[in-house]
Amino acid sequence: MASAFLQYLFSGITLGAIYALAGLGFSIIYNASHVINFAQGEFLMIGGMATVSLVGMGVPLELAIPLAVLVSALVGLALARFAVVPAKDASVVTVIIITIGASIFLRGLAQVVWDKEFHALPAFSGTTPINVLGATMLPQSLWVLGVSLTVILGLGWFFGRTMAGKAMLAVSYSKLGAQLVGVPIRRVLLTSFVLSAGLGAIGGIVVAPITFTSYETGIMLGLKGFSAAVLGGLGNGLGAVLGGLVVGIAEAMSAGYLSSAYKDATAFVIILAVLFFLPNGLLGHKGSDRV
Amino acid sequence: MTSDVDVSMPRVRRRSGLVCALMKPRTGGLGLLAAIITLLPLALPNAYAYDIAINAGLNAIVCVGLNLLIGYAGQISLGHAAFFGLGAYASGILTTRYDWPALAALATGAVLVGVLAFLVARPILRLKGHYLAMATLGLGVIISIVLNTESWITGGPDGLMLNDFTVMGWKLSGDTTWYWTVGVVLLVSVWLSLNLIDSPVGRALRALHGTEIGAQVVGVDTAHYKVLVFVVSAVMAAVAGSLFAHYAGMVTPGKAGFMKSVELVTMVVFGGMASTFGAIVGAVSLTVLPQLLVAFEDYEPMILGAIMIGTMVFMRRGLFVSLLDLLKTRRRA
Amino acid sequence: MTLLRVDHLSKQFGGIAAVDELSFEVEAGTIHSIIGPNGAGKTTVLNLITGVYTPSRGAIYLDGTTVSGKPPHELAAHGLSRTFQNLQIFTTMTALENVMVGRHLRLDRRFLPSLFRFPGVVKHDAAAREHCMGLMEFVGCGRYVDADAASLPYGALKRLEIARALATEPKILLLDEPAAGLNATESREVDAVIKKIAAQGITVILVEHDMKMVMGISDRILVLNYGRKLTEGTPAEIAAHPEVISAYLGAAA
Repeated sequence: MASAFLQYLFSGITLGAIYALAGLGFSIIYNASHVINFAQGEFLMIGGMATVSLVGMGVPLELAIPLAVLVSALVGLALARFAVVPAKDASVVTVIIITIGASIFLRGLAQVVWDKEFHALPAFSGTTPINVLGATMLPQSLWVLGVSLTVILGLGWFFGRTMAGKAMLAVSYSKLGAQLVGVPIRRVLLTSFVLSAGLGAIGGIVVAPITFTSYETGIMLGLKGFSAAVLGGLGNGLGAVLGGLVVGIAEAMSAGYLSSAYKDATAFVIILAVLFFLPNGLLGHKGSDRV
Repeated sequence: MTSDVDVSMPRVRRRSGLVCALMKPRTGGLGLLAAIITLLPLALPNAYAYDIAINAGLNAIVCVGLNLLIGYAGQISLGHAAFFGLGAYASGILTTRYDWPALAALATGAVLVGVLAFLVARPILRLKGHYLAMATLGLGVIISIVLNTESWITGGPDGLMLNDFTVMGWKLSGDTTWYWTVGVVLLVSVWLSLNLIDSPVGRALRALHGTEIGAQVVGVDTAHYKVLVFVVSAVMAAVAGSLFAHYAGMVTPGKAGFMKSVELVTMVVFGGMASTFGAIVGAVSLTVLPQLLVAFEDYEPMILGAIMIGTMVFMRRGLFVSLLDLLKTRRRA
Repeated sequence: MTLLRVDHLSKQFGGIAAVDELSFEVEAGTIHSIIGPNGAGKTTVLNLITGVYTPSRGAIYLDGTTVSGKPPHELAAHGLSRTFQNLQIFTTMTALENVMVGRHLRLDRRFLPSLFRFPGVVKHDAAAREHCMGLMEFVGCGRYVDADAASLPYGALKRLEIARALATEPKILLLDEPAAGLNATESREVDAVIKKIAAQGITVILVEHDMKMVMGISDRILVLNYGRKLTEGTPAEIAAHPEVISAYLGAAA
């Protein structure tokens, strides 16, 4: 009984770490531009698929990973530069169509460049399961947790201690105010996409040995990442991490104890619940309109 | 301070009655649409073309309703295909498993979808912008997952097969019959939509798009109207869904899914928001386009995605509306 | 006869009391101005009266009925109407349609008759159109009737909002800085419009910074400072009041 619970908990935390990374990607872009990037999931997909390709071409894993992250970052840059920047002050509906269009485009591109099959990435340090308190854990899960933690700490340092990071936060509080003190808004926007794309790619790569990857994995991962971000409070980094863990664990628990057919629905039920009852998320703050 | 209005123009223009009538959407536009629908069969060479036309018409019905929600009331729904799908499944389940008459099943489906939309509308429409988009997306996905999973009643991923649409012994079958049926339903939908827009209800909707508080202080219960337009557009989608199910002879969960919802929104926005005829143009264009691209099948998603981005960046107000604007300025010059 | 009574009204935003224990009365048929330095709480009072905010404490009575805490759209039915400091124009509609929305409560707005275009709805709409064109003439926007609201100059939009507010046939009209951003000529035109409105028997509450307008037009003036009532009285009394002078100009050195 307890070992089953622990099993679900471990897989939930592992998934949760990935959702946290995707959610962070959403939050970073949202902070810089108030845009919800529906293509976020595709960055995870690109990371995984590119790594598989490169490894297949004979590139050693240690080199393939940073290259794949770079590819994803460049895609993010292109997306920002050619789809988001031209849209500037468009309405919410317009921007949503643009990023959804971008995600469809990227998925189509992935189909053409790669194929429609599922691909496996070799696990980083073998597949011998580790026994923890009666439940088993894949070594890859430890990689997921370790890498995610490192990335999160790195982001915390970036936003808390560097000028560039603080400038990005400034934009999220007041675009005009940040502009007036000389923050280059456009560069912040582009950087946010590059950062989120890289982040997403890392998440996609590190989880690929566990969940396999294909051109379609981006959709669900992205949407669940969004669920994490909204749960934690859109724009709040710590919130995205918290949200990710909650969504991941909830999903694993519902798959284990309720019904595995409905496990995908968990994240969406969470989205609805948060939006109905706690629209600013766990750690977000209330805004108010001045009339 | 300069005025942007040409004040030398007399306020009331006297034009001949016929020209006047032609310029108004209700008479002119509707008449043109009726003419097109009547004459189109002359240009349709085979059953395949009829099939595209019928599907375009069904999409157009959904889009006219969705346009009321997105274009006029300024809300958004990324889950509308779920209502379409629910209408289709209601017809499928009631006629196939319970031997209901087709018309009763359609009506019941519409009512059930209306009730569902009514129940979720008030909490969901308190949200705005991206949050509203995600909530409707979440709702739509949950519904499509349920349709996919509860195979004991929905047939699961394989879906359901349906029989022909029979009304009191008369069977609705064959391309031409379906074409005219869909054509008539479309015309009726457009007429109803135009009536609504040019009425106090329609003005209330357009007002709340502009500013909710501005509308509230003159007595518009904005929450009520948002619910109203949401329910109306959901019911229209359900009716179209029921017709689709009988026409195609089957329904699968994909028809209620996120991608279909995205297609519908893209049709509305591509054609031109806040324009009933724009919505039709969008629906027709984006139903026909994938057929034209069949040769480029592998590249279809890329092309679709590029069109979505391109339209929003360069032709933000949509194809139809942008063309109309172009004609207006050309005429004034 | 007292039309509006505000009783110990308070509004807290977090730790700040934007309005603090405010009580005053407005007589029917008068022009009652609210003035005070920036941040005194004038717009907050207006927002409280018109249902945009709910009071933290206290009550508001319109013609004897409690209206505090009611949502804005219900207050319109009670005869309350307002304009906004930050224009709330329906940008996707024409100027005339903006005013016609103001007739909303007076029109046949049932769903099915609208959907099927019953003759009653059409007739009501045509009558409303005439009425609203008249209102636009009344406020001086007559030439913009068919123009897109988004294309109107700022001064015209301010007056359009007044026309829209008048379309509801209010008992009491609250104007939030109607002269803000207008030059001297336009301010005089707004002044004239307000006088015409008052001449029709509509009670007007005016929040304004333009002292010339306020002194010239008001029957009574309420002065706020830091969310509290500093004093109230006729224009002559207010102009001579030492505390008012020091609140606006600073105390004598």
